Amino acid sequence: MAPRNRGRLPGAQLWQASPLTYLALILGGVLSVFPIIWSFIIASRDNSAVYEMPPTPGDQLFTNIDRMLANDDAAFVYGLVNSAVVSTVVTISVIFFSSLAGFAFAKLKFRGSNALLLIIIMTMMVPTQLGVIPLYLMMVELGWTGTLQAVIVPFLVQGFGVFMMRQYAMSAISDELIEAARLDGCSTWRIYWNVVLPALRPAAAVLGLLTFMQTWNEFLWPFIVLTPDTPTVQYSLKILSSGLYQTDYVALFAGTALATLPLLIVFIIFGRQIIGGIMEGAVKS
Amino acid sequence: MSSTVRAVPPSRAGSPPPPAPLHRRRTYRLGRWDLKYSPYLYVAPFFVLFGVFGLFPVLYTVYVSLFDYELLSGTREFVGLENYHLLMQDAQFWNAAYNTLGIFVLSTVPQLIVALMLANLLNRQMKARTLLRMGVVIPNITSVAAVGIIFALIFADRYGLINWLLGTVGFDPIAWRDNRFASWFAIAFMVDWRWTGYNALIYLGAMQAIPKDLYESASLDGASTWRQFWAITVPLIRPTILFTIIISTIGGFQIFTEPLMYGNGLVRGGVDHQFQTLAMYIYEKTFTGNSEYGYGSAMSWLLFMMIIIFALINFALVRRSVKGDKK
Repeated sequence: MAPRNRGRLPGAQLWQASPLTYLALILGGVLSVFPIIWSFIIASRDNSAVYEMPPTPGDQLFTNIDRMLANDDAAFVYGLVNSAVVSTVVTISVIFFSSLAGFAFAKLKFRGSNALLLIIIMTMMVPTQLGVIPLYLMMVELGWTGTLQAVIVPFLVQGFGVFMMRQYAMSAISDELIEAARLDGCSTWRIYWNVVLPALRPAAAVLGLLTFMQTWNEFLWPFIVLTPDTPTVQYSLKILSSGLYQTDYVALFAGTALATLPLLIVFIIFGRQIIGGIMEGAVKS
Repeated sequence: MSSTVRAVPPSRAGSPPPPAPLHRRRTYRLGRWDLKYSPYLYVAPFFVLFGVFGLFPVLYTVYVSLFDYELLSGTREFVGLENYHLLMQDAQFWNAAYNTLGIFVLSTVPQLIVALMLANLLNRQMKARTLLRMGVVIPNITSVAAVGIIFALIFADRYGLINWLLGTVGFDPIAWRDNRFASWFAIAFMVDWRWTGYNALIYLGAMQAIPKDLYESASLDGASTWRQFWAITVPLIRPTILFTIIISTIGGFQIFTEPLMYGNGLVRGGVDHQFQTLAMYIYEKTFTGNSEYGYGSAMSWLLFMMIIIFALINFALVRRSVKGDKK
């Protein structure tokens, strides 16, 4: 009934935020950030001052981080390195396989593509965590328990990624471009590598960021299949929180700060893209 | 005219054949093969890897659940539905199911409602828009294990921040672990804190696709902003709401890390198992002590069934209560 005019209309002031809106949002923002800031505050204190209220920062942050990193039982440095390796490999793989399959679904014609795409969408609904027991038995059989490939290989592909790339490729890459490349004698693979992949870069960046964060934060599976000798950073935190060092609260909080810091840095640099990715990816699902 | 048209082909055919055709025919065949079959190669890695490490384990869970399957003792005996039968009488299983459901309801309902409101606030022209959006989604990028540790201290019984705040305004401290409901609340709070902003962004994305002039004409007709929210915004983003409900159900029923870290990394979930969830109980039965894989698998499969049933119930409820203008 109404014309689909997306431009700014005279009544746009309806959409101006009121002071009350700002107040509510700032309050929400403070509530969001507070626990993280608070954990950094505790991480900066001396152990004798852990429980002191109100929360004011101390000057021991680097001492605590040093102690945390030097703690052999938690193998925290290993945890950080392992997490970095696992997250990087998984991210590269997800980007590669998702863009490859997404390109095929968006731009190539082949029999059964619709049915296969439907299957991929349905895989997004299968809670893979429920298969952990057989997956663990498989890892025992393969002799992979305690090794990093146990936490890498099962996550090399992701239905969400394929779907997201397909959606992006549909709108970002014109059929003419692909036709032109074909007339120039490009094989499909070269079209993917030289034409499609560069064009998919913005979506690949978002997918990569989301995958990296998700993998970095993965908890249950590494906890099941790894050992204290080969922890990821989350596993190290778990060892610390239930282990002998429970009393060394400030070091534990230095650990939580270290586990969160890489993600915070990524987020501060790429926040806009991450937000765009969350908003886009979900609407299209 | 017709003569010239007819004249062309012979002259082409008569030209001396260049050395290319044989080669060209081969590349043509290769090209056809490439066109016809290479797409399957491109989508194959997904299906192979997902099939082996995603789908197969989920299906194989059913098979394992029919066995008395213990890795350490080497027991592996077909017992049929015995595991399921035992589960029905396992009080600790029902306790865990009760806790899971309680924490799920406490976390999902407020989370999605607040997320809707938040998205509505964010869906305006404002200064520092990106900064505010980043602010609400920051909890989601933190590590779950770290969040569990942080909130364990915030909700600590003796020196916790919340009890300190309660004390300064004259209330008695709350036993955040010993009291079942209080522990559920604390865990649900963690989940809400982590996911509300994320869901708000998802809703915001959907809201921005709604044409603004719908609101224009509604406000010309005298509809209040509140009314517009319920009569225009909510019905139009209904598919997105359904999506978030399904995702929250799948995630919520498998909740593990938050209650685990809240209980200092122990799978027991409090002295009386008052906040032990199903995922924690599965872990306890399977990966500690006797390694009862068959029993754990039976539980996993029942959990899967519960997720499906609840997702469908929620789906039906929301479909009915949030009416769209079209089907």
